[in-house]
Amino acid sequence: MSKKQHYKITVNGKEEEFLAEPRELLIHTLRERLKITGPHIGCETSHCGACTVTVNGKSVKSCTVFVAQADGTEITTIEGIGSPDALHPLQEAFKEHHGLQCGFCTPGMIIRASKLLEEIPNPSEEEIRFGMAGNICRCTGYQNIVKSIQAAAAEMNSAKEAAE
Amino acid sequence: MKDEVESREDRVAGLKGMGCSRKRVEDARFTQGKGNYVDDLKLDGMLFGDFVRSPYAHARIVNIDTEAALKVPGVLAVLTAKDLEPLGLHWMPTLAGDKQMVLADGKVLFQGQEVAYVVVQDRYAAADGIEAVEVDYEELPVLVNPFEALKSDVVLREDLLAEDGSIPDGAHGPRKHHNHIFTWEAGDKDPTLEVIDNADVVAEETMYYHRTHPCPLETCGCVASMDKVNGKLTLWGTFQAPHAIRTVVSLISGIEEHNIRVISPDIGGGFGNKVGAYPGYVCSVVASIVTGKPVKWIEDRMDNLMTTAFARDYHMTGRIAATKEGKITGVHCSVTADHGGFDACADPTKFPAGFMNICTGSYDIPTAYLEVDGVYTNKAPGGVSYRCSFRVTEAVYFIERMIEVLAIKLNMDAAELRRINFIKKEQFPYQAALGWEYDSGDYHTAWDKALKAVDYDGLRAEQAQRVEDFKAGKTRKLMGIGLTFFTEIVGAGPVKNCDILGLGMFDSCEIRIHPTGSAIARLGTISQGQGHATTFAQILASEIGLPADSITIEEGDTDTAPYGLGTYGSRSTPVAGAATAMAGRKIRAKAQMIAAYLLEVHDDDVEFDVDRFAVKGAPEKFKTMNEIAFAAYNQAIPGIEPGLEAVSYYDPPNMTYPFGAYVCVMDIDVDTGVPVIRRFYALDDCGTRINPMIIEGQVHGGLTEALAVALGQEIAYDDMGNVKTGTLMDFFLPTAWEVPNYETDHTVTPSPHHPIGAKGVGESPHVGGVPCFSNAVQDAFRPFGNTHTNMPHDHWRIWKTANELGLHG
Repeated sequence: MSKKQHYKITVNGKEEEFLAEPRELLIHTLRERLKITGPHIGCETSHCGACTVTVNGKSVKSCTVFVAQADGTEITTIEGIGSPDALHPLQEAFKEHHGLQCGFCTPGMIIRASKLLEEIPNPSEEEIRFGMAGNICRCTGYQNIVKSIQAAAAEMNSAKEAAE
Repeated sequence: MKDEVESREDRVAGLKGMGCSRKRVEDARFTQGKGNYVDDLKLDGMLFGDFVRSPYAHARIVNIDTEAALKVPGVLAVLTAKDLEPLGLHWMPTLAGDKQMVLADGKVLFQGQEVAYVVVQDRYAAADGIEAVEVDYEELPVLVNPFEALKSDVVLREDLLAEDGSIPDGAHGPRKHHNHIFTWEAGDKDPTLEVIDNADVVAEETMYYHRTHPCPLETCGCVASMDKVNGKLTLWGTFQAPHAIRTVVSLISGIEEHNIRVISPDIGGGFGNKVGAYPGYVCSVVASIVTGKPVKWIEDRMDNLMTTAFARDYHMTGRIAATKEGKITGVHCSVTADHGGFDACADPTKFPAGFMNICTGSYDIPTAYLEVDGVYTNKAPGGVSYRCSFRVTEAVYFIERMIEVLAIKLNMDAAELRRINFIKKEQFPYQAALGWEYDSGDYHTAWDKALKAVDYDGLRAEQAQRVEDFKAGKTRKLMGIGLTFFTEIVGAGPVKNCDILGLGMFDSCEIRIHPTGSAIARLGTISQGQGHATTFAQILASEIGLPADSITIEEGDTDTAPYGLGTYGSRSTPVAGAATAMAGRKIRAKAQMIAAYLLEVHDDDVEFDVDRFAVKGAPEKFKTMNEIAFAAYNQAIPGIEPGLEAVSYYDPPNMTYPFGAYVCVMDIDVDTGVPVIRRFYALDDCGTRINPMIIEGQVHGGLTEALAVALGQEIAYDDMGNVKTGTLMDFFLPTAWEVPNYETDHTVTPSPHHPIGAKGVGESPHVGGVPCFSNAVQDAFRPFGNTHTNMPHDHWRIWKTANELGLHG
């Protein structure tokens, strides 16, 4: 146990200030402290990606980041990318294309995919498979996840074209 | 009226009943991060529990010093076996008729075994507290090989010896040695040996189906909350069988069953890992009773891989006899099963080796004999069915390898060898030599469809050319064609021969129709991703004529759901799905009487049509199920009780026997050992298809878990009993990068005894997939003299095979 420190992070647009031990893992800050339970814990070793969130514009596995490292950052979780009345195209696409089964990997999968589509708006299947390789799914075999991401990309690109 | 203009076709479509690819109702919450998994549960004053675990695989415990740990801030208590002993809870019964230490009682038998349980304020205090517990161990000789264990003087389980040192019978009969658990036999030994002795051709092979782990993405866990005011214990957890857990908790704790409520919330995958009862559950319950506060225990990944529920670990020797023409005349299968330190296999009581006696596969084999010896070693207990019905993966792997080995011996094409030995369509129901009665099948049709779809002859020609090119130095890549035809045995099962801890393996469904024509149905099963809330509503929609979208399916709360044995072994659709249909038919029977009353005709003069009862011969006179539902609650109908509810407990008359034909085409780089799956074709026949989208998803997922097991996933130990694959760094879970796209196909052979003809599908692709991937690897090396190499076929082992065959020049 060590002395608590003062931290400030912004999660899904909301500023949060608190005292915590520096060794607290970001996933626990989110899940235990802030009650944001969308990101999940699957391995605690950065392999499975169930805890993936976006930190300062980058996909990050929050199970291996200390809260001290996240001080002052802006974080987006699955809870921050859509609402029940206005789902993110990825949320719609995963439902439509059976891109999930048990749902445990889904929040990490979708938040990672949302970043991937910012990095590569029109990815090939190979780019999707490579770009999503940090997120493990034990149920779907990925085929429908790939399909969901392709469908969301198409939807987002056509919406963007319509807006331009 | 809308009903009058709506076509019958539209009315059928509007129900979203069986056969349509209804989108999943579960997905809204999962895609928005609003799933409710056990670790999401937070209760006022909730404490945490975690284990001090043994670093040794076999050691005597000299002393446990908890003094320093109790001084660590946030640590409230440290439980050891001594604390549990007065409650009789330091050991617990296993599902296999053995007993298992809850906390180390004088010794440890495997690395990672639970030694002490710290009760703490939060997860960080747990880590600090565990570190401060001092345990003195005295190391003992370690046995990690079951064959050596059977010869060793080292006694692993002193608790099972009689006072005079003799070896009393175990739960499954006589034990031959102090490290022997049981011998289980099926079939006829002498006639089988005679057939083999006198056969034209006998192929023999020894194979090891390695130890692996189901490894769902969510680990096991629970929250126990003892309400001392009302004397009621609530236990939330990742339970694949919540009712069975309730009964077990009642039996071992002495708390009356009505005072225990077990809740399985959303479960992040199970695959067999979450069937059994684990020390974490018992300790959490005790800690909650002692502290009066809720206590949460969640495994970390290492705990999960090292301690809860391994799968497989079967050493199998087979002999298969045939005529010169390739007609199989007999099979002998001999298994040494490594069960680890305790026999905690999750099998029906009468089947200590599960349904291994389905190992004659899809073939008409007149004579067969199976013997299985269970053995204690210094490994973790378990032996669960990882995405399969009890040991069926082992059985199917065995026969599908033996067929290949026989084909080599006969110098025959393996597809043709299968074809000439299939059980013929007209032989069903088929009595197999090892005891099972296969309910239905049409194997030839499925096989021909599969071979045609992949252009099998073309593939073989291409492969032959590739071998020529390889020999001529034009390529360094070999091509393997993996074949598998599998028959699963699922839907356990008939109460007459299937029980777990004495609980018959029926299942249940209770339906309540609401006055406005919607409904809730509750089942004894529990989804872990299979989409029960979607598919069971489809069964009901077709049975009772209310839209699936108006039917809520609820599972996993023992206070509200009818008793059932849970979800594993592909039993949900075969058993609870049948109960759902049967309960639906009870609703329909009462609805018929109500409709007849409303239409002022005799009961027999109305007939069910999609969503209504209509007068026979006068379809314009009808009452919809909506109208009938309302009438059930607002009219006094002579001779009929108000309300519209039904419950069914379904005891299946037989198992169901889904089958499938798989082909895998693989290119293998001889110099790197890297296999690339070029094509995978999967034809599944699961009988009546409820939701094709979900079936396809199950096939993709099952095949991917099969790929993992065949190509790298392993729980490996060193000679000291150290787990070498305790994290996801070493334990192979395929990513999107390694996994191919699959082609799915189907035939439909409904189960003749199931109310809707469904057979179950969730596990078929895993059962059929493992031998198919393995056969592809082995087939690539067949032209160079390979008959069999053991899984997992990781890059290193494939490279080694190539090297041993002299392919590296």
